[in-house]
Amino acid sequence: MSAVAADAKRSTSARRRRWWLEVGWKYPVAALIIFYAAFPLVFVFSASVNKGGNLRGTERLFSSFTLDNYAGLSDTLFWTWVGNTLVIGFSAAFGAVMMGAAAAYAFSRFRFKGRRASLTGLLILQMFPQTVAFVAVFLLLLSLGEVVPALGINSKLALICVYLGAALGSNTFLMYGFFNSIPMEMDEAAKIDGATHAQIFWKLIMPLVTPILAVVGLLAFISAFGDFILAKIVLVSSENWTLAVGMYQWVSDQLTARWGIFSAGTVVAAVPVLVLFLVLQRYIVGGLTSGSVKG
Amino acid sequence: MSSETLTEKPMRVSHARNWRGFGWGFVAKLLLMMVVNAFGVTALLTAWSAEQWTFLIAGAVLLLVADVVYFSRRTVPLKYILPGLVFLLIFQVFTMGYTAYVATTNYGAGHNVTMQQAVDAALIQDERQVDGSPVYPLTVVTSGDTLGFAVTIDGVVLAGSADEPLQAIDGGVADASGRPTSVPGWDIVSVNTLLSDQALAQRVIDLRVAVSDDANDGALRTRDANSASVYRSSLVWDEATTTLTNTDTGVVYTPNEYGTFIGDDGSSLPVGFYVNVGAENFVKAVTDKDYATPLLRIAAWTFAFAFLTVASSFLLGLLFALIYNDERVKGRAVLRTLFILPYAFPAFMSALLWRGMLNAEFGVVNQWFFFGAGINWLGDPVLAKLAVLFVNLWLSYPYWFLVCTGALQSLPSETAEAAKLDGAGRWRMFRSITFPLLMVSTAPLAIASFAFNFNNFTIIYMLTNGGPRFADASVPLGHTDILISAIYQISGIAGGRADYGLASALSIVVFVVVGIVSAIAFRQTRKLEEIQ
Repeated sequence: MSAVAADAKRSTSARRRRWWLEVGWKYPVAALIIFYAAFPLVFVFSASVNKGGNLRGTERLFSSFTLDNYAGLSDTLFWTWVGNTLVIGFSAAFGAVMMGAAAAYAFSRFRFKGRRASLTGLLILQMFPQTVAFVAVFLLLLSLGEVVPALGINSKLALICVYLGAALGSNTFLMYGFFNSIPMEMDEAAKIDGATHAQIFWKLIMPLVTPILAVVGLLAFISAFGDFILAKIVLVSSENWTLAVGMYQWVSDQLTARWGIFSAGTVVAAVPVLVLFLVLQRYIVGGLTSGSVKG
Repeated sequence: MSSETLTEKPMRVSHARNWRGFGWGFVAKLLLMMVVNAFGVTALLTAWSAEQWTFLIAGAVLLLVADVVYFSRRTVPLKYILPGLVFLLIFQVFTMGYTAYVATTNYGAGHNVTMQQAVDAALIQDERQVDGSPVYPLTVVTSGDTLGFAVTIDGVVLAGSADEPLQAIDGGVADASGRPTSVPGWDIVSVNTLLSDQALAQRVIDLRVAVSDDANDGALRTRDANSASVYRSSLVWDEATTTLTNTDTGVVYTPNEYGTFIGDDGSSLPVGFYVNVGAENFVKAVTDKDYATPLLRIAAWTFAFAFLTVASSFLLGLLFALIYNDERVKGRAVLRTLFILPYAFPAFMSALLWRGMLNAEFGVVNQWFFFGAGINWLGDPVLAKLAVLFVNLWLSYPYWFLVCTGALQSLPSETAEAAKLDGAGRWRMFRSITFPLLMVSTAPLAIASFAFNFNNFTIIYMLTNGGPRFADASVPLGHTDILISAIYQISGIAGGRADYGLASALSIVVFVVVGIVSAIAFRQTRKLEEIQ
């Protein structure tokens, strides 16, 4: 009996050792990784509720609690910038989804002259990032503003148009693949029933491709949200700025940096994006691996 | 559709009988196209009056194409592609072409207009009151937001604004002194309004109304909003010889090959125009004593930055993915969500946040992890580079963690089992099976990521602003500047001396690099796919 018990005991301890060697150590390592990943975020949250209104590391996390920084946001143009960012982001996302879906539908469903050439052209074009040509974008908008003032420098509409310029290149392929996965027979059945190409597009295809529309929309929104260089050169006056341009201005000068307000603004602006991203991460990862890169 | 089926019937019935009115789709299309056309025609008219011929032609072509496409039955695919295509052509294809064009000019500070505009500007800058010029009683007028002058010359009432030279106004009435009292098409601004509105008065003082289309004729200006006189430049423009002559001093200014007017006494005029300089900007980037060394160092760092970022974040992400792609680890969904936090957080905010945390004096990184050592992370050339790489690693390892996890889960299990049967160890299996297969799906993404980071303006600009500055260079560039942030500095869009030509030339260099990298990516993808 005792020999069996000792044997069992030995095997449990051996099993436990094996578990530690193979699996167990992964938990402490995970804790380390989580610390690495999350501490700046916890820190910025702590700073946002700190009385001092700074990013000083000498203070303990959450050593004081105040909502002054959050209240202070309304004394700045923060909420205007949030509004601008949302307007620009949603418009760019909506436009990108619509134009990308329409183009993908055409490439996927119609056979026409120059189809292959256009697809190849798009493939080549999408390699060249629009941001590199920002000098030309700036000069173009300068002269365009003389003809159509609404599309000149310092116009939100102009910035949206610039973002839409990249829509076809970056999204068509992502959507094209997805559109191709919907069987052609469905269109043909609808066609026999007398549906026009527009009806097939709006009533048949669009509902079926909603997942990819969501992914493209989200990616376009995030890229407009995070864009700095184009927004910075297009939007001149502070009431037109997006969050990226405005919040940079808060902390760019070391002497006058307003870290307290910056932290509060970061928490307010980042939390919705964070939540959206984490909830939809499955879709986003699918979109990412099929070709577009956020960073 | 219905009309087509009708034609197949032996007995032809009039189409009209089958006509069931326009569908709402057609009405929507019609309304949309009406808006597009109204907007387009307005823009064309403005382009005409602003003499922007490029926009006029491009706009007319686009509008025509849009109308043909949407009202023809034969261009169905284009109906779907056109909207995106228009934006693509204007804001991506055109801007790329325009970059290439600007790269061959000396467009920039002092050279930012055409020759004709430069001449006009020179004439205007040099304007002063003509000796013995008649003084005209003046009436200030407005039309909407446009401010204008109305005067009577030789019994004719004339009016004009900053953009419109003086022209005769039919039905204009003037009082005995010659001061216009009624100018059709314009509202008269009373003296009282002018006296009470300082801002308006200043605009009146600043206003110059050209006498005619020819800048040599000078312009009307006023000092008191009550009377105007002709101001004319002492320079005279001779179009035939393309020279400007100063009538006071007799100096003749001729344009040189760099678009500057040089006088025969050696002086030059402050306004220049842009000219084609060929490949000079490209040569300047590699030979100019101010730019060559900094740009070379920046180019090297750009490659290093992009490569090291991709390599480090790929390896870290892969490592985490290998460790946690293990069914025995519990709560993997939660772990995964926590691991990718930095990626879900907006990148520009992270970069700014790290800028604060890496601060030498009070930054939390020094305080917590280096015992308040006061290390100047962002101020030392080497440390700043390390900091940039570290922050970018923090930002991008989650991407590779996600990608590698996805790729690992989709690997065929048969190959792994076969290898196990053959007695392959863990390391051997990873090296010969897992890693090569993983590369097939991740190599294109790695190259895309390289191209992205090659132009990752946000992180550099937000974290270090390119600094610390090169101590031994006269140009405002720094140790952590990558090519695109250097282009931003050189372009002068943010301030400083503008050199659009050189900036565009560097943009072209970036385009070429990105193009080559992408081309290699294409071929590599094909090669790797053969492994499977």
